[in-house]
Amino acid sequence: MTLPPNEAAILCRALTKRYGAVTALETLDLEVPTGSVFGFLGPNGAGKTTTIRLLASLAQATSGEASLAGVAVGGGEPNRRGLVGYLDQDPRFHNWMTPRELLDLVGRLHRMSERDRRARSDEVLETVGLTGASRRPIGTLSGGMRQRLGIAQAILNRPPILLLDEPVSSLDPEGRVDLLAVIRALGGSSTVLFSTHILTDVERVCDRVAILDHGRLVTTGPMTELLERYARPVYRVEPEDGQADALGRLVAALRDAPFVTHVEETTGGLRVAVSDAADAGHRLLAMVAAHGVPLLVFERQRPTLEDVFLQLVGRRAHEPEAAA
Amino acid sequence: MIGLGSMLRKELLEQWRTRRMLVVAVVFTALGIGSPLLARYTPELVKALAGDQFQIAVPPPTAADAVGQFLKNLGQAGVLTAILLAMGSVAVEKERGTAALLLTKPISRGAFLLAKLLAIATTLLVGLLLAAIAGYAYTAILFEALPPLGWGAMAGLLLLGLIGYASLTFLGSTLARSSLAAAAIGIGAMVVLLILSALPSIGPFTPGGLDALGAAMAVGKDPGALIGPVLVNLAGVAAVFGIAWLVFRRQEL
Repeated sequence: MTLPPNEAAILCRALTKRYGAVTALETLDLEVPTGSVFGFLGPNGAGKTTTIRLLASLAQATSGEASLAGVAVGGGEPNRRGLVGYLDQDPRFHNWMTPRELLDLVGRLHRMSERDRRARSDEVLETVGLTGASRRPIGTLSGGMRQRLGIAQAILNRPPILLLDEPVSSLDPEGRVDLLAVIRALGGSSTVLFSTHILTDVERVCDRVAILDHGRLVTTGPMTELLERYARPVYRVEPEDGQADALGRLVAALRDAPFVTHVEETTGGLRVAVSDAADAGHRLLAMVAAHGVPLLVFERQRPTLEDVFLQLVGRRAHEPEAAA
Repeated sequence: MIGLGSMLRKELLEQWRTRRMLVVAVVFTALGIGSPLLARYTPELVKALAGDQFQIAVPPPTAADAVGQFLKNLGQAGVLTAILLAMGSVAVEKERGTAALLLTKPISRGAFLLAKLLAIATTLLVGLLLAAIAGYAYTAILFEALPPLGWGAMAGLLLLGLIGYASLTFLGSTLARSSLAAAAIGIGAMVVLLILSALPSIGPFTPGGLDALGAAMAVGKDPGALIGPVLVNLAGVAAVFGIAWLVFRRQEL
């Protein structure tokens, strides 16, 4: 099934989920356009998994509503119509099955013919790099292989909507790059909602993003727009070797400087976010010179999603929240 | 029931591949063979154990004793088997997250549950069928050939009782998040039913009451009122399944 373009494939209106006194998701309004690869960002506990579980009909909303391809989510109807491919952040399978048997079962549930099941299973197994392990019991597969299998079962019937919760979290760097390419290739034919707290992954594959924090939507929009709107100019300052003392003094001074919004010490240097690029370029360089830090590199960097995230949430995506 | 056929196929394959069906078949067949043997040789065992010092009058064993032994052995082991088969059927899938994987596919929650209960019933059916054939043959060899239809009816009534116990544990497995809690619910239900089976007005309608009817039918006697207890037990299984479905359809996974 293909969805009409220019319509929201995923729509949430005031979607709220409470577990007793804990609010996991607070009045979420979200529109995911058809055919987009949508990055769903937030630190741990932001409400990403809760939202995906609500959309997959695995949990019931406390209030509000959601629909997938125009079909209300509540009673699991989108699942019954085969509209959804779902991958859990920690995918679990029946260990006695082989990957091929699992895909056969999924194909049967989607009422695919035997020929289609076989052909499509071969195709997706090759896509995720599991052809060689297709007849091994799933119980013997590694975590990364299980995650690949999770992707394979989710895309088997070419669903119009894919809900992927941390789909590459267990993969090694090479596997991560491979599967991110698979996810990127799905855009256009499927609408992909892809949750993660690894922002570089989102930058690689997503055209639109939403940022969640404490169960609330912080912002949403096309990636380029968010970068323009929120990312502050960032400078990279890399001193010559053996300048630890001078660099320490410079960091202290920068943290007190009014035009500096954030200073991050990185391997071999600093990343300095500033409020006004034109003005700060001169003042920052003057401060570096005043502290006697000999430079190897001084450059203005392209803002990243990490900078947007930092600006909006106040901490990096992988950083735990500071104790109150 | 969307997806029932595919799900049932998966459940039956699971019963086979995890060797549950094989173990049940072997254990039940052994009990089916052993029951008439035990009935036939118990008097001689008792005499041998008592020695010359005691004179114990033991009436000569009959085919009815073989039937009684069969129902006792298969009843006890069968209830235990039914509880073991059903205790983890839903709870483990919820606990491990495999239920979530399947229920995001085109399958209704009712079909998910029904396939599991049908697979458990099928495993019990296969085991009891083999036990009944073995028990019938050994009873015929050691005693006399009993009416095959009556013997078959006895096995059918025994199966219905076991499915009753399995469905109660299955409900526990749907309510609980762990198989142990489900087993506790199943054992609790078994104790309650055993107590109820001792009450004259209710007893004939319990799974235990079905055994008494089966014992009469196996030896060619009139069991009396049969339809009522059978219908009550069938309705009980359906009602318990209905409750499990009502609980499961809104359950978060």
